[in-house]
Amino acid sequence: MTVPVLSVRNLEVEFLTRRSTLRAIDGVSFDIAKGEVLGVVGESGAGKSVTGLAVIGLIDPPGRIAGGEIYLSGTRIDHLPPEEIRRIRGKRIGMIFQDPLTSLNPLYRIGDQIVETIKTHRNLSDTAARKRAIDLLAEVGIPAPEKRIDAYPHEFSGGMRQRVVIALAICAEPELIIADEPTTALDVSVQAQIISLIKRLGRDHGTAVMLVTHDMGVIAETSDRVAVMYSGRIAEIGPVRDVVQNPLHPYARGLMGAIPTLAAENKRLVQIPGSMPRLSAIPPGCSFNPRCALAFDRCRIERPEPQTQGSRAVACHLFDPASPAAAQETAA
Amino acid sequence: MLAFTLRRAIQAVGVMIAVGVIAFSMFRFAGDPVNQIVSLDTPAAEREAVRKSLGLDDPVPVQFARYFANAAQFKFGVSYQFRQPVSNLLMERMPATLELAACATVFAMVFGILMGVYSALRRDTFLTKIFQAVSLIGISLPTFLIGILLIYLFSVTLGWLPSFGRGDVVRIGWWTTGLLTLSGLKALIMPSVTLGLFQMTLIMRLVRAEMLEVLRTDYIRFARARGLTTRAVHFGHALKNTLVPVITVAGLQFGSVIAFAIITETVFQWPGMGLLFVQAVQNVDIPIMAAYLLMVSLIFVTINLIVDILYTVVDPRLRSTLSRPA
Repeated sequence: MTVPVLSVRNLEVEFLTRRSTLRAIDGVSFDIAKGEVLGVVGESGAGKSVTGLAVIGLIDPPGRIAGGEIYLSGTRIDHLPPEEIRRIRGKRIGMIFQDPLTSLNPLYRIGDQIVETIKTHRNLSDTAARKRAIDLLAEVGIPAPEKRIDAYPHEFSGGMRQRVVIALAICAEPELIIADEPTTALDVSVQAQIISLIKRLGRDHGTAVMLVTHDMGVIAETSDRVAVMYSGRIAEIGPVRDVVQNPLHPYARGLMGAIPTLAAENKRLVQIPGSMPRLSAIPPGCSFNPRCALAFDRCRIERPEPQTQGSRAVACHLFDPASPAAAQETAA
Repeated sequence: MLAFTLRRAIQAVGVMIAVGVIAFSMFRFAGDPVNQIVSLDTPAAEREAVRKSLGLDDPVPVQFARYFANAAQFKFGVSYQFRQPVSNLLMERMPATLELAACATVFAMVFGILMGVYSALRRDTFLTKIFQAVSLIGISLPTFLIGILLIYLFSVTLGWLPSFGRGDVVRIGWWTTGLLTLSGLKALIMPSVTLGLFQMTLIMRLVRAEMLEVLRTDYIRFARARGLTTRAVHFGHALKNTLVPVITVAGLQFGSVIAFAIITETVFQWPGMGLLFVQAVQNVDIPIMAAYLLMVSLIFVTINLIVDILYTVVDPRLRSTLSRPA
């Protein structure tokens, strides 16, 4: 078996507040293989973005990685000194943020920002770096890149800016791209273009992509596998087709049921009652139990660990072979 | 860009005309100027002659037009106390004030920005706490007190620096400078620090607040995610964005540095325009007061204009909105 590009094991991220320690990520594990797109979905505050930031080493105080391991192509990177993780950022892991309007420094030409990044990671001359910057802009689909390279960020539309951001993220040909809600701030028509661009880049360069979003549609379209996150844990992870069409975890079911479709005419959308618990008030047992229609006593006491179910893993007592309820569920 | 500059220049002229009206009206509300020129026992006929020779019997609008036309050519009349043209007096004193103001501003900018950046980047160090304390002192202690304390420490107790005057000056054309002699430089230190301390703390606090704000922005996070060195992120990306508002404040402060030089110049007996003005107030020398008012507002208006233009140089977003036809 080949070594996955990214391997996260039991990651824990904590935020120290004056009163207590909040655990934003609590034992998250997943792998992303070369050329694979892993979608990460969940509600706001489920820990999707924090996971991405932890991988790239950008958790700022008062936050910190409290436990677990992160491996990039087999090398452990979560405990590296700041200067070494800095060298990995941008070079081996590219990152795309949510809002292209604010991701670029407004006072510098985009060309200068790209050249600066290229020269940070590669030993190239100014002219060679500029040449590469123009090629990159062409690759992400900026028309007339040799002219546009000298434009300022405010002279681009949102979609075009996100293309520039992507060019910046891939300029050192990283092994992994973390895209944190790359389409959320964009028009729907532009979203599709950006999605297909990220997909194409991943395919062409064999780049692994971690796509963080709350948009199931985007995940269904782009990802190979999907991880559903709920209050700092992965509820279910597996091939996108299985999870979307036949979700196992009650939360994943609720999430899929909440997607409007054209086929199901005039049916009310299924809502998950209540809202995700605050980090300061996570209930004992399974954190989803107060909202779960299928919860039983064990759910309120014992936290479920991920159980392998064929191609996927589900953190739910319903699927624990030792649980009496599991038998019911599989029988039904 | 040109249209923008022109528009701002026209506005500036408007401001100057308004100030001119105020300066001119000082003559009319501060008593009869003839009384201040002639002695108490001058006969009435002679008074009338003086009045006529000065054109004070003309209608007010004519007098104003004449005053303004002269002021536009930097002729501000004759000082009552010195019996010399005010413009000569001002020209003589101006280099001292401008040199002092420039040194104070450079001092304030250099130390203000350095301390501001340091205290934003190293929030919890001991040095930051000291800077914060110094800035509190600088912002709350009045200028004259700082000046007197400095004199007590460095002139009276230690005897390192002169307590008053400009030291030896070198004349270059009509400009006199204290920057080229040792005693001139020594004499500049304390007045510059006194005058610049308030601006320094202001700039330091502004830089610190702006820098903290900028460091939280997405483009800084993205710059870090691109793997840029800490130095490039802090000094290339964050500092440049911080400096936009700092330019405005520092620019506008240069005007008030010149205006506030009055106090510092009095404390250090600095032979500049401020000292001239204080003497003029004591002697009701209205031509000097009016001319000083005009000069200070001219400096303010000019600086404002320069700051507006500088903005567009630093921030490309403004450039394009300005060049785009409305």
